[in-house]
Amino acid sequence: MSSQVPNDLRYAKSHEWVRVHEDVATVGITDHAQHELTDVVFVELPNVGRSVKAGEACAVVESVKTASDIYSPVTGEVVAVNKAVSESPALVNSAPFGDGWFFKVKLSNAPEVEGLLTPEAYRAQIGA
Amino acid sequence: MSLRRTPLFAAHQRLGGKLIEFGGWEMPVQYSGIVDEHLCVRKAAGLFDISHMGEVFVEGPMAEVFLNGVLGNDLRKLVVGQGQYTHLCNERGGTVDDLYAYRIAESQYLLIINASRIESDVAWLRAQHEAFPGRDQVRLDPASDRYGAVAIQGPRVVEFIGQVFPGASEAGTAVSRVTDLRKNEIAAWRFGGQRVWVGRTGYTGEDGFEAVAPSETVEALWDRLLAVGHIGCLQPCGLGARDTLRTEVCYPLYGHELDENTSPLEAGLGAFVSFDKGDFVGRAALWEQKIQGVARKCVAFQMTGKSAPPRPGYAMYADGGATGTVASGTQSPSLGVGIGLGYLPAAAAVPGGRIEIEIRGGRYPAEIVRKPIYRKA
Repeated sequence: MSSQVPNDLRYAKSHEWVRVHEDVATVGITDHAQHELTDVVFVELPNVGRSVKAGEACAVVESVKTASDIYSPVTGEVVAVNKAVSESPALVNSAPFGDGWFFKVKLSNAPEVEGLLTPEAYRAQIGA
Repeated sequence: MSLRRTPLFAAHQRLGGKLIEFGGWEMPVQYSGIVDEHLCVRKAAGLFDISHMGEVFVEGPMAEVFLNGVLGNDLRKLVVGQGQYTHLCNERGGTVDDLYAYRIAESQYLLIINASRIESDVAWLRAQHEAFPGRDQVRLDPASDRYGAVAIQGPRVVEFIGQVFPGASEAGTAVSRVTDLRKNEIAAWRFGGQRVWVGRTGYTGEDGFEAVAPSETVEALWDRLLAVGHIGCLQPCGLGARDTLRTEVCYPLYGHELDENTSPLEAGLGAFVSFDKGDFVGRAALWEQKIQGVARKCVAFQMTGKSAPPRPGYAMYADGGATGTVASGTQSPSLGVGIGLGYLPAAAAVPGGRIEIEIRGGRYPAEIVRKPIYRKA
């Protein structure tokens, strides 16, 4: 099963994606990650206002079988969370790059985005 | 240590099964997805590789007497072609393993044991056999390396299983067709020139069969079942669905609800322990528990509010400061809520009781419910 890796995003090795608009990064998990998890049944999101560091665990996604930490790929303050995804966790499976997003971070260190994986590098990592 | 593989390993790879480690074996956890496979078994049919499970044949004129002295249930209740759920207990009443014992001939029994317990069980049985006065008239034949097994489970299995095992049985219960087997009965058919034992048993709470076949026959049997099973929408299923299915109906999983420090009585399985059959290993300790009452009991519970699914090892809190531990927990695909099994002090282990489960530092409400958690509509 080949997974989608959109070209307009950057990626973390731990399978999160980042979409940057001005100084805010939207974060979610990749199509590959949702395939691996299958059947997401619960999502726990950080509180708005929380400060997160790049690489910090700040959300949890649970499938039937396991709970997995979600790491913020960027440093900053959480300015929004996706209430729809905690109401309907299956959005993570059906629209991982769209309505299944997790949270938004106001960047305090914008250049670190450049250190994230490019689509090509992420494709290489997952063998897509 | 390298993982062991069943005769169906290549089949799992071909079918796109996602492989994981389980009890020292490399097994498929899922194919299409746990929820999809689970619901398929509830409404149609699922095929499971259970070749990792162990087989031990016990035979000879004293086989019944020997086994009745090491197993908790009363083996004398079995006529040829019947099986029963039972336990191997240690002297403390703790559980060495839980298993199925089938009487496949007048003086021959087949034990189906847990994958993770094969070495422990065989060592335990050998030690008991060594100490058994009639040992010359009992032969133990551990056969796990020579046999594999599959489970065919779900309400539509009866529509196609007869194509794989046509006609009358050749041993065990005498039936004219495989679907005439009743619950817990076992009989043999020919498949690929080999004898295959087919029992009307399972671990899902659905109607179904389990077939034990020589290793070299298992892949052909698997392929044949998939080929004819399209009538009943048969899907291959992994251990993930096997676990959620058995949790919904509260069947114990060794290492979770049962271990060497936990008795069948604590696990709520006292109906499978016979105190009126004479002595057996662990009887004195179990009798003491029966008379005094057990200190802790395995309860079933269901989350009552929105929460993450409960998981093994999570803390449980009951009224009056009683605490316990979740043994099995998952999201129930049939019910859409978190469910689980766990141990609480006996006084708190009452259906209807309100408890809390600790999940990542927060406490979430749950209710103790009667077993099974899931009942067929």
